[in-house]
Amino acid sequence: MPRITVTVDGIRYEEEVEPRLLLVHLLRDRLGKTGTPVGCDTGNCGACTVMLDGRSAKSCSVLAVQADECDVVTIEGLGRDGELHPMQEAFRTEHALQCGYCTPGMVMAAIDLLRDDPDPSEEAIRQGLEGNLCRCTGYCNIVRAVRRGAQEMSGEEVRTS
Amino acid sequence: MTEQLDAGLVARQIAESGRLGAPDGGHEVGRARRRKEDARLITGRTTWTDNIQLPGMLYVAFLRSPMAHARITRVDVSAARAQPGVVAAYSGRDVAGEQGSLPCAWPVSEDVVIPDHPPMAVDEVRYVGEAVACVVATDRYRAADALESIEVDYEPLEAVLDMTEALAEGGPKVHETGNQAFTWKFSGGDIEAAFRDAPVVIDRTYVQQRLIPTAMEPRAVVATTDGGAFTLYSATQIPHVLRVMLALTTGIPEHRLRVIAPDVGGGFGSKLQVTAEEVLCLLLTRRLGKPVKWTESRSEGNMTVHHGRDQIQRISVAADRDGRIRGVRVDLLADMGAYLMLVTPGIPILGAFMYNGIYKMDAYDFTCTGVFTTKMPTDAYRGAGRPEATFAIERAVDELAHELNLDPIEVRRRNWITHQEFPYTTIAGLTYDSGNYEAATDRALALFGYDKLRAEQADRRDRRDPVQLGIGVSTYTEMCGLAPSRVLGSLSYGAGGWEHATVRMLPTGKVEVVTGTSPHGQGHETAWSQIVADALGVPFDDVSVLHGDTAIAPRGMDTYGSRSLVVGGVAVLRACEKVRDKARNLAAHLLEAAPGDIEFAAGEFRVRGTSEGRTIQELALAAFAAHDLPEGFEPRLDADATFDPENFSFPHGTHLCAVEVDTETGAVRIRSYVAVDDVGSVVNPLIVEGQVHGGIAQGIAQALFEEAVYDTEGNLLTTTMADYLIPSAADLPEFVTDRTETPATSNPLGVKGVGEAGTIASTPAVVNAIVDALRPYGVRDVAMPCTPERIWRALGGDGAAAGWAGPTEPEGGAR
Repeated sequence: MPRITVTVDGIRYEEEVEPRLLLVHLLRDRLGKTGTPVGCDTGNCGACTVMLDGRSAKSCSVLAVQADECDVVTIEGLGRDGELHPMQEAFRTEHALQCGYCTPGMVMAAIDLLRDDPDPSEEAIRQGLEGNLCRCTGYCNIVRAVRRGAQEMSGEEVRTS
Repeated sequence: MTEQLDAGLVARQIAESGRLGAPDGGHEVGRARRRKEDARLITGRTTWTDNIQLPGMLYVAFLRSPMAHARITRVDVSAARAQPGVVAAYSGRDVAGEQGSLPCAWPVSEDVVIPDHPPMAVDEVRYVGEAVACVVATDRYRAADALESIEVDYEPLEAVLDMTEALAEGGPKVHETGNQAFTWKFSGGDIEAAFRDAPVVIDRTYVQQRLIPTAMEPRAVVATTDGGAFTLYSATQIPHVLRVMLALTTGIPEHRLRVIAPDVGGGFGSKLQVTAEEVLCLLLTRRLGKPVKWTESRSEGNMTVHHGRDQIQRISVAADRDGRIRGVRVDLLADMGAYLMLVTPGIPILGAFMYNGIYKMDAYDFTCTGVFTTKMPTDAYRGAGRPEATFAIERAVDELAHELNLDPIEVRRRNWITHQEFPYTTIAGLTYDSGNYEAATDRALALFGYDKLRAEQADRRDRRDPVQLGIGVSTYTEMCGLAPSRVLGSLSYGAGGWEHATVRMLPTGKVEVVTGTSPHGQGHETAWSQIVADALGVPFDDVSVLHGDTAIAPRGMDTYGSRSLVVGGVAVLRACEKVRDKARNLAAHLLEAAPGDIEFAAGEFRVRGTSEGRTIQELALAAFAAHDLPEGFEPRLDADATFDPENFSFPHGTHLCAVEVDTETGAVRIRSYVAVDDVGSVVNPLIVEGQVHGGIAQGIAQALFEEAVYDTEGNLLTTTMADYLIPSAADLPEFVTDRTETPATSNPLGVKGVGEAGTIASTPAVVNAIVDALRPYGVRDVAMPCTPERIWRALGGDGAAAGWAGPTEPEGGAR
């Protein structure tokens, strides 16, 4: 069985994995990183989105062996020193979640979106989050949260959307 | 007709005022509190059922029928048992003696046929996806692998897919008893008189397509036993109902069965069910003595989570020339799918009282026939019967307006119950306690800029613009707060509609609230805390809300039907009032005053006219210490309360939708969407707004995107999220929402419920807008979902039908 080395939320793991094992199952079933949920089996919903070497990736569509020598950040590793990441805080402030199942992936995708476009328009946010589905919020508050998160992360004064 | 406003500016103002919350020190109820739930949800510290790991846990996978209808002639699981890591494999026959039959708790009529529904098929399969065998293995991959070694022989039978054909004589039968599940009739007034000599009759048939609820969290079940007692964790909306029904189904005594709904990732009715997998996981843990877990894949779930809607509605409206509605007649075919599940036959009946909508009329007649087909059973999906009813009447009223060359708002004004007429008993026999349709509509028109959009529409029509503008109106009400137990009894439902709460002051002055509701995204921990903080005068942060575990919250009726606040929230308030009464007696004793002389404000009990008092926290400690209690006072400051509502609640609102339809491609763009809802008094405006947003999105999704499609063999084609299109952020617009407020008179909080409002209102608003855009082309309906292809075909893009027919020609429903 292949042996991989992967860093998850700052901790380095060495694991023997079946070649077919999905990264999300490595995270959830082997490493106990259950903060990252699974919402579908076709890569459509984005609930399992994590950061893989700094860019968002749907961990249901990545084999664990592909993550060998990679750095993975999940929702559980996002905050620093007990503080929430500004995007997590923005989701709370703007009531951008209800059941919360899509939230880990949505937060990750939103952070990645801002890397390419630090000050996205509503339209850019809607297009940029197209790969992450939410069934509860109708997205209005998610869009507001990403705007707020963007402002927080850029150090600007926060304006209400 | 309307004041012209910049809708965008107004929306932002509302957003700002609603989002900032009340200043510190204000009342908690009505305040836009950020949610307590979010702390764990945004950090990934959630307990979804699939997160639960128990020592020695085994994993279950089900082999499912690839045939819509077939006799099972052989199942051989022996090769699967020999696979590495496989602990057990069973066919339906292997568990036939103990699996019982999945329950239907709503035998709606005398003639209802409730077929035996084995959790795992034994002799016959009746829909694609029905479980026929299972494997239990040491991990989920090995369980899935071993399914491939199971051999099943099927003798194909004819699929039954079309409701009308199913009811015809001589066709294939889903069950030996035939394909009719039940008939149900209801009427008020003299319907023959209403239609006799009516100058205008609108007669339409609408199809409520089959939907897949698609909660983001797939279903999951964990079952475990210590040999005597059982614990079942399930992604369910109904831990309490589930416990009772599982005890009845499996024979596990109720007192030995604990059901836990941990964090649950959405439901929308789909987790209001007693599922085959829940029953079978209990049986498997009983057989194997080990904890077992089953988690569905999305494609498995699309096939086997109960579906929603799927009705053919024939609606006739008789009216006078001035647009006054004389009567409404409804003939409904409702697809039950292959079996009657928990409340399957009751869903269309929940709509039976709503086809008259917000309108006055002389007569109403409703007939429903439940039909078996070889498809996944239908059951509750957000709104459950009421969106279907609202769609039909709101579409038909728009057709009536068109027929009479009247503005759709004007026709509604001529028929709706005016605010002075409440309480009003409708032709369907419900008493609407409060409402103000005029106020909500006026507000919506102003936010929408109705007149301006109508002017633009006229201009585009004049110019024969290939992109036409359509305006859709939906003025809905709904019956919420399920439900008065006596009404449920009269409708043959198997249980009551009360809700329970316990409120207990802890020695340190903190408060624990136990609720029988079972939230899965609705924010009860936050909203209930707000109610308690006001009622007891304690800080919001000092309240903790416990739910979703029958060992912790032993009594409840759970969460569905916009009932939790209206019934469960009131139970919490009632329990607080009892605690307050006890505390008052204790305060009176300690202060040596008469209870009648004790005043309560801001968490302190004072002797009237003095500064002497005790805080509720001090009294909690005094009750705990029990050093000096009044005669007969038990040393605790807590109370239980059960609330059974006297009436339903009736939220209402006006939703307006503007769409641009590209007549060359059939593409629809929602240009603006305004929703003004009256959900009574509001506990947390942030949560209310969120519920409205999400509801609107789901209703729009029915109008534009979603449909469960079966092929001619009965195979579900929309098994994945690539095929069953739930909308993304890019597919939806910003919604402008506002509220008017007429408190409910049927409960002390004045609340009406908000969980389903958006979904009930929005579907007809969108379809009315699309049809409105296309009326100049002679189009009078587009079947849902209104995909570009369907619109293009309706416009004659495929060479048939339609061309420009002129802007306002009625289609001739008048006599």
